[in-house]
Amino acid sequence: MSSTIDVGTQPTDDQRILRMTINGVQRRGIAEPRMLLVDFIRHELQLTGTHVGCEHGVCGACTVRVDGEVVRSCIMFAVQAEGAQIETVEGLAKDGELNVVQQAFRQEHGLQCGFCTPGMLLATESLLAENPDPSEEEIRDYLSGNVCRCTGYVGIVKSVQAAAKQRSQA
Amino acid sequence: MKPAPFKYAKAETVAEATALLDQHADDVKVLAGGQSLIPLMNMRLARPEVLIDITGIDELSGIEVNGALTIGATTRHVEVLRSNEVRAFAPIIAAAMRHVGHVGVRTRGTFGGSVAHADPASEIPAIVIALDGELTVAGPSSERTVAAADYFVSTFTTDMEENEILTAVRFPYPLDRARWSFHEVARRHGDFALVGVAAVAEVDDAGVCTRARIALSGVSDVPVRATAAEELVVGSTIGEVAAEAGRLAERQIDPGSDFHASAEYRKEVARALVTRALNDMATKGEAR
Ligand SMILES: Cc1cc2nc3c(=O)[nH]c(=O)nc-3n(C[C@H](O)[C@H](O)[C@H](O)COP(=O)(O)OP(=O)(O)OC[C@H]3O[C@@H](n4cnc5c(N)ncnc54)[C@H](O)[C@@H]3O)c2cc1C
Ligand code: FES
Ligand code: FES
Repeated sequence: MSSTIDVGTQPTDDQRILRMTINGVQRRGIAEPRMLLVDFIRHELQLTGTHVGCEHGVCGACTVRVDGEVVRSCIMFAVQAEGAQIETVEGLAKDGELNVVQQAFRQEHGLQCGFCTPGMLLATESLLAENPDPSEEEIRDYLSGNVCRCTGYVGIVKSVQAAAKQRSQA
Repeated sequence: MKPAPFKYAKAETVAEATALLDQHADDVKVLAGGQSLIPLMNMRLARPEVLIDITGIDELSGIEVNGALTIGATTRHVEVLRSNEVRAFAPIIAAAMRHVGHVGVRTRGTFGGSVAHADPASEIPAIVIALDGELTVAGPSSERTVAAADYFVSTFTTDMEENEILTAVRFPYPLDRARWSFHEVARRHGDFALVGVAAVAEVDDAGVCTRARIALSGVSDVPVRATAAEELVVGSTIGEVAAEAGRLAERQIDPGSDFHASAEYRKEVARALVTRALNDMATKGEAR
């Protein structure tokens, strides 16, 4: 059936050049539509700090920030991030120095194997930006979508509390 | 765990989106927040050949109060959760939204996506039923309004054609004088609930209920109203009939057993939640 509407963009599976800002740096790469954002970040942009676990949105390992908000990069297509501002774990340390949240995780045993850590750190950054002095319950609620197989979460909660305290004194 | 190849286009208007859906009608899907569709595609449980991304269509996004509350289909869960208008008009929506997934799902998942996906365990469809929501659906040549009761057909199935999109959900009645309660039981916070209840009631000055809606999720292939319980509550003092209404709700439903819970357990939970919701409404007028 022919349509009377002028359809500007016909769907294609062509590879396309995508531009986005990652950790403040303009980057571009090539992706076909089915490429997940996490694969684009890891394989095209070679930023392998973002981990990929379950690949269907339940573990939070692939958490990054897109335009300031935490997102699971395994259930977003790279094409959907065209032009976006992305933050990954590589952007947290400045000049080789761990930031407050990273240091707190290190000091308070917020990690063991480290697989969940990049996602935990980004989610913690968002939590503290929204709520600088969260209660334990609020911390557990906010991080409930980030699964850790090692720590039992006690160290993670302490790390977030320590980071919040440190930030409030800064 | 990678999606099969597909063709992708980002539509800029509803007309363009519906025209594209119409042209590719044999194997096309709308892409909104992707929080239900992309996991299915990663697992190859869904393999659409064409995806039409509707998140760039400005007219689909936003919250408006104008006698009624209208939530645009691509309004993200977080935007609904943060909205003062939503909280003032119908606080039960915000209360339910807190149970939808985790923060990293709510930043991308959309209100309309949740409705259109029609997962019987989902919170939002139950809210749409409880609040007598009206769904606006656009096709290539016309727009129509569907009542909540007619919209949900069965699991993941709605009264929409392949070439139609849900554009907005309209809630006609403000809850400013109504009592409400939302409860659910989930294995872990943020997981899909086993059973949920969304209840609203209007009560006159003598404390007698004049109107009630009790919607249950997770007990059928669509969200259902516990009509027998509603009929009991209307004309009564809510607190006095809460336990009996729970029993009536339990008797009315016929849930299945699955990996997550047995039918017996779901029935028991439904009874307890209906009673709990009504007791809340009897005492506080509102509750989480
Ligand atoms: C880990 C995890 C936990 C979750 N927990 C919950 C939970 O507890 N409760 C809950 O309710 N949800 C939960 N979700 C799902 C989430 O709420 C989704 O956002 C929602 O179900 C679908 O919205 P979406 O915008 O992401 O839609 P998409 O995934 O983009 O689309 C879903 C389906 O709806 C169709 N569709 C979407 N929008 C439209 C439209 N406007 N018109 C026509 N068709 C449309 C699509 O074609 C597709 O078939 C969870 C998701 C994840 C990954
Ligand atoms: S890898 Fe993305 S949520 Fe698990
Ligand atoms: S530190 Fe190993 S998964 Fe969290």
